[in-house]
Amino acid sequence: MSARERIAGNVANYVDERTGAAAWMKKNLNKVFPDHWSFMLGEIALYSFVILLLSGTFLTFWFDPSMREVVYEGSYAPLKGLEMSAAYASTLNISFEVRGGLLMRQIHHWAALIFMAAIVVHLLRVFFTGAFRKPREFNWIIGIGLLTLGIVEGFLGYSLPDDLLSGTGIRIAEAIIQALPLVGSYLAFFAFGGAFPGEAFIPRIYTVHILLLPGIFLALITVHLMLVWYQKHTQYPGPGRTEKNVVGYPLLPIYMAKAGGFFFIVFGVTALLGAVASINPIWLYGPYTPGQISAGSQPDWYMGWLDGLVRMSPPIEPVIFGYTLSLNILIPGLIIPGILFTGMALYPFIEQWITGDKREHHLLDRPRNAPNRTALGAMSLTFMLIALINGGNDIIATNFHLSINQIMWFSRIGIIVLPPIAFIVTKRLCLSLQRADRDLVLHGRETGRLVMMPSGEFVEVHEPISPEKAWLLTQHEQSAPLELEEKDARGVRRPGLLKSKVRKRFAVAHAEQVAKPTVADLKEIEHH
Amino acid sequence: MSKEIEVIQDPGVPAHKLRQTDIDPKAADRAERQVAILFLLSALSTVLFIYSYFFISTETFIFIPLMGEQNAHQLFLGLGLAFSLLFIGLGAVHWAKTLMPDNEVIAHRHEFRSPDSDREEFVKTAKEGAAAAGLGRRSLIKRSMGLALGLVGLSPIFLLRDLGPTPGDDLKKTSWKAGTRLVTDPGDRPIKPEDLEIGAVAQTLPELPAGKDHRPLSDIGKDAVLLIRLRPEEFNLDAERLSWTYQGIIAFSKICSHMGCAVALYEQQTKHLLCPCHQSTFDVTRAAKVIFGPAARPLPQLAITVDEEGYLVAQAPFSEPVGPSFWERSA
Repeated sequence: MSARERIAGNVANYVDERTGAAAWMKKNLNKVFPDHWSFMLGEIALYSFVILLLSGTFLTFWFDPSMREVVYEGSYAPLKGLEMSAAYASTLNISFEVRGGLLMRQIHHWAALIFMAAIVVHLLRVFFTGAFRKPREFNWIIGIGLLTLGIVEGFLGYSLPDDLLSGTGIRIAEAIIQALPLVGSYLAFFAFGGAFPGEAFIPRIYTVHILLLPGIFLALITVHLMLVWYQKHTQYPGPGRTEKNVVGYPLLPIYMAKAGGFFFIVFGVTALLGAVASINPIWLYGPYTPGQISAGSQPDWYMGWLDGLVRMSPPIEPVIFGYTLSLNILIPGLIIPGILFTGMALYPFIEQWITGDKREHHLLDRPRNAPNRTALGAMSLTFMLIALINGGNDIIATNFHLSINQIMWFSRIGIIVLPPIAFIVTKRLCLSLQRADRDLVLHGRETGRLVMMPSGEFVEVHEPISPEKAWLLTQHEQSAPLELEEKDARGVRRPGLLKSKVRKRFAVAHAEQVAKPTVADLKEIEHH
Repeated sequence: MSKEIEVIQDPGVPAHKLRQTDIDPKAADRAERQVAILFLLSALSTVLFIYSYFFISTETFIFIPLMGEQNAHQLFLGLGLAFSLLFIGLGAVHWAKTLMPDNEVIAHRHEFRSPDSDREEFVKTAKEGAAAAGLGRRSLIKRSMGLALGLVGLSPIFLLRDLGPTPGDDLKKTSWKAGTRLVTDPGDRPIKPEDLEIGAVAQTLPELPAGKDHRPLSDIGKDAVLLIRLRPEEFNLDAERLSWTYQGIIAFSKICSHMGCAVALYEQQTKHLLCPCHQSTFDVTRAAKVIFGPAARPLPQLAITVDEEGYLVAQAPFSEPVGPSFWERSA
């Protein structure tokens, strides 16, 4: 036994005698993880979070979260002698005086954008492959929670420097609070410690940004990962992969090395962006004052859709019994996002209600094999995309020399008309792809080789596809829509008929599919 | 129905394919060297990072094609950090992919549902626990506990009450009074009508009362006023609103009636004011009537005139609250 082995053995022994960890470790060091590039999206989100914690902690050492007015005396000449908040002045100080400060600020901001992008794309992967199905509904809801908190956390983060751009964002947030019926002006005065902007808001959101929300994030991420670990990862269908197994690489050593290495790659790419790609150059915007604004005011991308919805809202603001109801703010700013996020969180349960499927699912769906779900996803994405485009309508108008009014009208009409079209088109596409799969299994692959038959006719040679491929294209389960009896065994109509009729319609739409080929179909083809 | 039909068979997990590094020791040695080179490049990058930190001045600028003038300190510090991290990652992944065993392993899953015996045991224990506590029998305890727990949750809400004052009529008032002079922002100079040419725009604030030399931002957020001068015949106003202008000079609150952004974009040709936040567009000639966008109300107009010294002053305070809407706005 070498000296190194002896030391390692002693340490392991010491720990195990006090915790009994060996039994757990033995089982889990060889934990199997299926391999697929799309499983790295959640990893990117996790690693960006770690980068955010590290770079954020660095920034707190110099950032002064105070709205006290100071006169700037730092090295950035254009702002010298100007009155500004201590928050803005200390952000300038981090950018110009602290060595590596600007780099860390830019890494922090880029990491936040990557964090949100990774969450969104990870969510799309989970949605389109049906990974949210039983037993993973809890993790889906935690994920939606993380997305929501991420949006808030990002907004609070870029609001902290108190520059002209972010101050305008806070002003808009204040207007949303103020628009709430009955309690709006009170809540706004409580949140801001008086009239906007006051001197209380930035110190308050600082506590929320660096303590409260990161704490909640840490807790939710821990539960999210523990559930992934405990429930074992889902896997894509393929030869040898079933609902009862996990095929992949063991944690030690290969998965550990890959995942650990990937952390450094994500960190490296973020640092590279921080080094070469300027982001949020707050010194160009100037300090915040409510009487000024910069043209082309834009939030970060994950807030853009919300801003786009607010922009396209028609000017409805009824006065009811002498009280003002700002529907032009409440509908796009709170009601629509509320419906979207609630619907998203409840989707696993809605789908379960439609299919009546209460079994566990560990094999992922190919999106084409769940046409209704895929179409719904495409529809929601179209909605969000139009909202996002409208959030940048001023930038688009100036860059492409278009009329901003026309873009706005395109968005107003498009957001109602285009999502249903996206639904129909996507559903048809999915069914066509199913048909193409069926053809491929039955008739084989087109080889591109033409041969002349004795009769003089030219035909293209088709080659049968591999058994692995054939399995991949036919492994999915095709079930008939849920049967709902309108009458019970004694011929009495069941209560809740309307509900069951609605459910039946959904079930039929959900189960629409192209029959997958069977062995019998293949044999029949061979006879020809 | 589809269950009886024979489906295509699962061929099982494909056989493991050996990599070049598994068969050829030379290839394995080559891979080892590649991994080592990647790790060494990372170490070199850290040296670059340390060098940049100490020896490149923060004032040095260099020209980089496509990127323009760049601060060399920030750039090389960042590149050093980026590559020191990136190469560790690339090295580890290359190591894993070429040299670590890549046999696929099959692990089995088990249904999460506990065995019935465990579930029954659990229900029994839970019921016994509840019974031992007497929850079912002692309804007085149950109800009073419910009351106590319900009420204790209210305390934090009370504690948050002192976050700020109640709004009172703060949202409805501004600093403008009859006779308040309009002064330039920045500069604090009073303005005479002849200072403004036709087509000109000026950002103004109410003159500070004697003895004060500082405006809190919360005042600016309500008091900012935009002056625009047109030819008097260009207005399309009723008699009252026309009397609020002075020699073609019209004054509006600069705070958007939609969400409170500064309405700062004035198109001289069309005489439209545009809010850069949500593109609400206001027609100056028609008392800032909304002609496009989400804003539901015109920008409040400030009635102006001149005082005996000839400086522009407010005739009266704003006749309605400025800024975004709130519940009690029209009450």
